[in-house]
Amino acid sequence: MSALDDLAIKAGDDDVVGSVPARLVAAPASAEEAAALIAASSGLNVVIRGGGTKIQQGPPPRDLDLIIDTRRLTGVVEHAAGDLITVVRAGTPMAELHALPGQQLALDAPPAATAGGTVAANASGPRRLRYGTARDLLIGITVVRPDGKITHAGGKVVKNVAGYDLGKLYTGSFGTLGLITECVFRLHPAPAAIAFVRANAPSIHAARVLAAQVAPSAVEVHAAPGTDPEIAVLLEGTATGVRERAAVVARLLGSSGAGSSGAGSSGAGGSGVDVSDEPPPWWGVTPPGDVTVKLTGLLSQVPAMVATAVGAGATVTGSAGAGVLYAGFSTDGIEPHGRVELMRAAAIRAGGHAVIQSAPEGVRDTLDMWGPVPGLALMRRVKDQFDPEHRFAPGRFVGGI
Amino acid sequence: MGIDALAARLRAAISADQVLTDRQQLRTYECDGLAHYKVIPAIVVLARSENDVVAAVKACADTRTPFVARGSGTGLSGGALPHADGVLIVTSQLRGIVAMRPEDERAVVQPGVINLQVTKAATPHGYYYAPDPSSQQICSIGGNVAENSGGAHCLKYGFTTNHVTGLRVVTPDGAVVPLGGAAPDTPGYDLLGAFVGSEGTLGIATEVTVKLTRLPETVRTLLAAFASTDQAGAATSAIIAAGVVPAAIEMMDALSIEAAESAVHCGYPAGAGAVLVVELDGPAAEVEAQFAEVTRHCEEAAAFEIRVAADDTERQLIWRGRKSAFAAVGRISPDYIVQDGVIPRTALPEVLRRINEVAAEHGVRVANVFHAGDGNLHPLVLFDDGVPGEAERAEAVSGAILDLCIEHGGSITGEHGVGVDKARYMPRMFSDVDLETMHLVRCAFDPDNLANPGKVFPTPRLCGERPARRSDQAQITFEGAEVF
Repeated sequence: MSALDDLAIKAGDDDVVGSVPARLVAAPASAEEAAALIAASSGLNVVIRGGGTKIQQGPPPRDLDLIIDTRRLTGVVEHAAGDLITVVRAGTPMAELHALPGQQLALDAPPAATAGGTVAANASGPRRLRYGTARDLLIGITVVRPDGKITHAGGKVVKNVAGYDLGKLYTGSFGTLGLITECVFRLHPAPAAIAFVRANAPSIHAARVLAAQVAPSAVEVHAAPGTDPEIAVLLEGTATGVRERAAVVARLLGSSGAGSSGAGSSGAGGSGVDVSDEPPPWWGVTPPGDVTVKLTGLLSQVPAMVATAVGAGATVTGSAGAGVLYAGFSTDGIEPHGRVELMRAAAIRAGGHAVIQSAPEGVRDTLDMWGPVPGLALMRRVKDQFDPEHRFAPGRFVGGI
Repeated sequence: MGIDALAARLRAAISADQVLTDRQQLRTYECDGLAHYKVIPAIVVLARSENDVVAAVKACADTRTPFVARGSGTGLSGGALPHADGVLIVTSQLRGIVAMRPEDERAVVQPGVINLQVTKAATPHGYYYAPDPSSQQICSIGGNVAENSGGAHCLKYGFTTNHVTGLRVVTPDGAVVPLGGAAPDTPGYDLLGAFVGSEGTLGIATEVTVKLTRLPETVRTLLAAFASTDQAGAATSAIIAAGVVPAAIEMMDALSIEAAESAVHCGYPAGAGAVLVVELDGPAAEVEAQFAEVTRHCEEAAAFEIRVAADDTERQLIWRGRKSAFAAVGRISPDYIVQDGVIPRTALPEVLRRINEVAAEHGVRVANVFHAGDGNLHPLVLFDDGVPGEAERAEAVSGAILDLCIEHGGSITGEHGVGVDKARYMPRMFSDVDLETMHLVRCAFDPDNLANPGKVFPTPRLCGERPARRSDQAQITFEGAEVF
């Protein structure tokens, strides 16, 4: 019996990717089992699924036979606290990695998301301003290639320039180059103290915080039609340091005309500015709506992107410090294409991109999920090298890769 | 097409004075910072524009001629070692800062711009370029991109790859391709991430968009002297365990202190078996609190003297000893090998003991200078090439040190790159499948194996075929000094 017969079972009603049902589902429990499965599944079209939190991103697969589920590839293999690294299997929920003793994987993600899925989607959140994204925190990786061979890149030390940095290539490749089975991450110490400074202020005032020398871990903006725009800043550090820096940030945002400063005391909101150890409710949350779009652009263009998105009826949340925004709106039966195109044009004007992260079934097929991508010819050549049969997530990535 | 015809084509396409074929002129380019490998290139092209690079690469592609890119030529792994039958494309004259946009925290520069010039141009706006290799006064950004250069401060701030958001590259077929951009998270494969650190084997960068970092409010630097490297290592561990992430933690042992002292008279405490240089930067309120903690950990680890830099002059003095260490070793030894291995930081005491044992067994002296915070060792293996057998013994110790690094789960290179120097060690760290997988990327960019052949990979591989056997490896011609 082949590993496919051993491991694959008939797909259920939920084993659907972007309205395309799978025939089979398999959940290997080790890299070796996964390698045997992938080698035995030659000729089948495959989609990889972790926690399923981002499975609807990207166009539906052209064809789908087999879902490889990473739910059994779990566990922290190693946590070398003194070296600030951890080795984890790809299916490990991010919740486990957010709560390592005294340390953290500083990568914002939904608790149910997996380490492998977070890397494959290059997902990030507010703290990317300070810690970077998966591409910055991943230092080693194990992947089963589409030909079933197990391959490693990087290692277990942060500083390492031996060979090509393939971890970066796999990061954000959305399962089109193989199955990630294990990740090695750089960790950071858990901060002794944190504070969130929240203010009613337009996004343009975020630049004041970025220009100050307060070393924020995150500078987030939030805006929606008919409501006051908000800015929230996360500070991490020592108790004294955080208190003093929070006061500085509160002053910077409090003088915005949105009211006097209420800085300094936890939770004691002045008229418009408050300092708290809890984030505002919108922090790191994908804005509501059945269409969500990720907008990127130059820092100086963030206010213009926010204005366009809000003008198009979207709620916007994102990092003014990194230049990454998430816009969400409800179609309410009206075609979203015009609104998406407005936002995409704004992102391109801002030097960035607009990527549709979710859209209702039916509408999705008629939207350009990824938008224009430079360097596509070279990307196709990379795909051809790794997956000559184009059977891993066929059609789900940029340019139909 | 022969070399003469290729040179004629290049002169017609670029400009006669930018194409060198005179042997005396070519000799200037026979090596990079790793001077014991020497190869005289067939042709040197001094590029002054992206068009020049494109013309040179296209001519090479059409004639299947290998080419090697060179920036300032400061690399320490022979990554810019020329190919005897190839074209050396020099980008050091592409020195324009194209755009300085502090409001976007970005600068756009040409590849020949010197690393420190970016910081100098950004400082008046309150920003700087964070990666700071010790050669930052002379090394180029293009070379930094090729090597993914680090520096003393990458413990906190990361490497070149974390600070480059976009590139224009000339791929080995002569096409100009944008990778990444000024904005983050460009959709599609992160070919930018694969290109940075590929050591010139995937093409030549002609424009680089870098992140600018806000200058810290405060910088505090201290020098702590210990009786032994074990004590200095214990202090380092205690600092990291306390959750402090300094901008830099550097260690030097007695022999490297002796060398630095004789070269630059840095005035490090007499009798020290090891010194630590610890630098903290950031908001004043944070730095003061953490500085007190670092001082306490050094005292608890039995530091017998702690000096705090009172001003920038004193800070520069503390750093001068550390940054001059490589060159200073020339004062106490006629020849030396610089290693660049990495170990998990916690393995430091064990690995240092083993290095000393191996050195003693071979009768070779090793001076240790390293980035203690991230476990990047720079053992300097001392020898006298005039004494028969010493070079071989030094090479044996050098190889044993890399084995120690691999044995402890580390890397053969932390920042100098593989180049020609460490290609043969790659199979000790990576399986054949691992190397074959890297080669898949090579084949996507450079199916004809024209860009910097003979570097990084231990054995040449043909695209779409099984790897060649080791005996098929192209011979590199050496002239001059002993090759290790």
